[in-house]
Amino acid sequence: MNLPLVGAPHDRLDGPAKVTGRATYAADFSPAGLVHAVMVTSEIGNGRIVRIDDAETRRQDGVLAVLTHENARRMHPEGHGFAFALMLLQDDRIRYDRQPIAVVVAESFEQATYAASLLRTTYESEPPITRIEDSADRYTPEEIFDEPADVTRGNPDRAFAGAPVQFKATYSTPVEHHNPIEPSATIAEWEGERLTVHDSTQGVTNARKRLATVFGIPVSNVRVISPFLGGGFGCKGAVWSHVALAAMAARAVGRPVKLVLTRPQMFGSIGYRPRTIQSIALGADRDGRLSCIMHDVLSQTSTFDEFVEPSALVTKMLYAAKNVRTTHTLARVNAATPTFMRAPGEATGSFALESAMDELAYAVDIDPIELRLRNYAERDQSENKPFSSKSLRECYRIGAEKFGWSERDPKPRSMRNGRMLVGMGMATATYPTNRAAASAVVRMNEDGSVVVRSGTQDLGTGSYTVYAQVAAETLDIPIERVRLELGDTDLPPAPLSAGSMTAASVGSAVYEAASALRERLRKGEKAPIEARADAKPQEHERYSKHAFGAQFVRVEVDPDLGEVRVRRMVGAFAAGRILNAKTARSQYLGGMLWGIGMALHEVTRFDERTARIVTANLADYLVPVHADAPDMEAYIVEEEDPHVNPIGVKGIGEIGITGVAAAIANAVYHATGIRVRDLPIACEKLLR
Amino acid sequence: MDSAIPELATAGTLPSAAPAAASILGPGEVQIELEVNGERHELSVEPRVTLLDALRERLKLTGTKKGCDQGTCGACTVLVNDRAIDSCLTLAVMHVGDRITTIEGLASGEQLHPMQAAFVEHDGFQCGYCTPGQVLSAVALVREGRMTGDDAIREQMSGNICRCGAYENILAAVRDGARRMA
Repeated sequence: MNLPLVGAPHDRLDGPAKVTGRATYAADFSPAGLVHAVMVTSEIGNGRIVRIDDAETRRQDGVLAVLTHENARRMHPEGHGFAFALMLLQDDRIRYDRQPIAVVVAESFEQATYAASLLRTTYESEPPITRIEDSADRYTPEEIFDEPADVTRGNPDRAFAGAPVQFKATYSTPVEHHNPIEPSATIAEWEGERLTVHDSTQGVTNARKRLATVFGIPVSNVRVISPFLGGGFGCKGAVWSHVALAAMAARAVGRPVKLVLTRPQMFGSIGYRPRTIQSIALGADRDGRLSCIMHDVLSQTSTFDEFVEPSALVTKMLYAAKNVRTTHTLARVNAATPTFMRAPGEATGSFALESAMDELAYAVDIDPIELRLRNYAERDQSENKPFSSKSLRECYRIGAEKFGWSERDPKPRSMRNGRMLVGMGMATATYPTNRAAASAVVRMNEDGSVVVRSGTQDLGTGSYTVYAQVAAETLDIPIERVRLELGDTDLPPAPLSAGSMTAASVGSAVYEAASALRERLRKGEKAPIEARADAKPQEHERYSKHAFGAQFVRVEVDPDLGEVRVRRMVGAFAAGRILNAKTARSQYLGGMLWGIGMALHEVTRFDERTARIVTANLADYLVPVHADAPDMEAYIVEEEDPHVNPIGVKGIGEIGITGVAAAIANAVYHATGIRVRDLPIACEKLLR
Repeated sequence: MDSAIPELATAGTLPSAAPAAASILGPGEVQIELEVNGERHELSVEPRVTLLDALRERLKLTGTKKGCDQGTCGACTVLVNDRAIDSCLTLAVMHVGDRITTIEGLASGEQLHPMQAAFVEHDGFQCGYCTPGQVLSAVALVREGRMTGDDAIREQMSGNICRCGAYENILAAVRDGARRMA
């Protein structure tokens, strides 16, 4: 293996394109004859459409088509698995706020927008249920990510009853929306029965298959292109309604159609992080050694489809305990279907578990790091497998040292900076290592330049750079000679950019293809020459595969106003081989910043009378801005993992957010003596 | 507050060269000339077309990004007479006679502007979608002499949301870019 354990901090090869405006995102394309579609969405959260009056709309200049449930073609919008059910104007039913109810197509964006505003819809509303507490429609899902929803080892109830130290608490996390700065955008164009789509998608291969199913055409008739993506964070993983609606509109008018969601529509039909209510019970001896962990999760899904927020998956594996129970229950509410959002499960679950561990640390009067070390899992007790590698001890040690954990006086309200209350908190970070089948072709031209081709995506994760590095290092040539082609279904297929699995999946394919090429060059073959690899994960895993890290946070809390400011964050992460130290650090920092949003700012609020979202813009739905960012440090803890996958990488896109909300809540407790178990930690929760 | 406010207000009025036209513009398309990146462009727009949509959809200068169309994210930041503004909150017809600079006009040929180079070197972005706005805000901030330290940068740059969370690197880039611009 030529690859270094920590890859060189190369600048992004796509950097110059991104800082000059030359990088082309989905909405930047303009095929000849392009016209504009505007989606109209429901103004109620539960009920039915009585009538849509489109007379005024149709009279406007430039209007080419108005699609409603009364004239839309019959489609195949049914959901299955992670291909969520779509709302393609097939009936009069309103299932959630901002559900698509019409599409207006016009020559210009302004014409379409104005004409759409003239559509008059009459509804019949029904009383909604928006809170999972109020929903009687509850059930246990059949499975979560191919795992059972409920898992028990040992006898947790008996262990808890007999534990000298018993701790129980309930934690909750709100609905959150991804809000990438690039709104979802689709340009669709038909040539006969062939569909070409420029789409802001985290998976061109996946989008191609779904569109083929929805339109009932062969997969080979669909081409999806996505060279740059303005962030996704999960909401551009599945194909959502607007993508198909753009293609329906293009078919209706016989011209290429551009459909871009408005910011308020980014709170509509593209998924969100569902609300959770999580009960944790910890049983321990007086030295803090856990005998039992119970983690019961209630989360929301829509009335018509299923997504499970897998908050308790982390709990099965993270600490050594003989008796563990994890359960997941779903409650149906009048809202859109939730979806993956950066570290689905781990972000919400680690808030509960890692807050609870901090509370236990206080209960037994043991340092929170020491408590975690006393319960260190040497193997995955849930899977009964060894870890492929685990460097969590190093993460705790390095993180604590860089942060200055030893300066912490554990007593709540004991530390101050002027009039501000100072708090220091920590938590464990972890994320599983996923991998899916991926293909790549590496080609060397006669002039020695190399092209790497794979139908993966760049969400800002560094794909253009890190796979060039893998190819360059494997072939032992300068990176400047390597160019990536990605984001197109004409390229070899690659999986969704999701689950932090792209480096493991595509990286392994590029590595295998480049290695094969190098072998053939060594045997005397000459350029032009190309090699393809179709890399697949093993069927039977001998190891449990996870990345680990430690998060440290210093907060200052205004004792009069309850305002929390994060002043410093340190994260130390061990995630196997790092392909590029610079872009990896950036991803860690980005994840950590997301943790600040989750802990302090982000919440989508519903009007419980109407099920309408009242925070559907970036002025009312707060995401961290620059002034919210503290001094941040992310450390790469070196880790060699020969078992995890061919290139030994674990994935880094999501671990950065895990544990942060708990670390902040723990720091806030340390600062104030007030334990906030319901996110976000808004100032009113700290005013006593 | 500060001196920027009255100047921004004047940037929003119709040019004095065409006062008579002001009362009769639209609702149909009107012919205007916009000076963008030192080039004059004749275009025909309805008065309701925002500067952002005129740049993107008419002039095909797609480096300026639409993130919210509500003035909350900063992705559409351009320079109008050297001041950074949200191009989604102003109409194209209001900018006849103004000097408009978009991200496409910052580099000299293949030579990146020092702020652009600093963003690349410090990895001041991930997905790159907010980046044109970040870079232009940073350039305006430096030119206006508001570079009075890290806290000032963090505060002044808060109109440009980076959802990837690159603020730590943006801070380093702006700091370094300012040094290079000096």
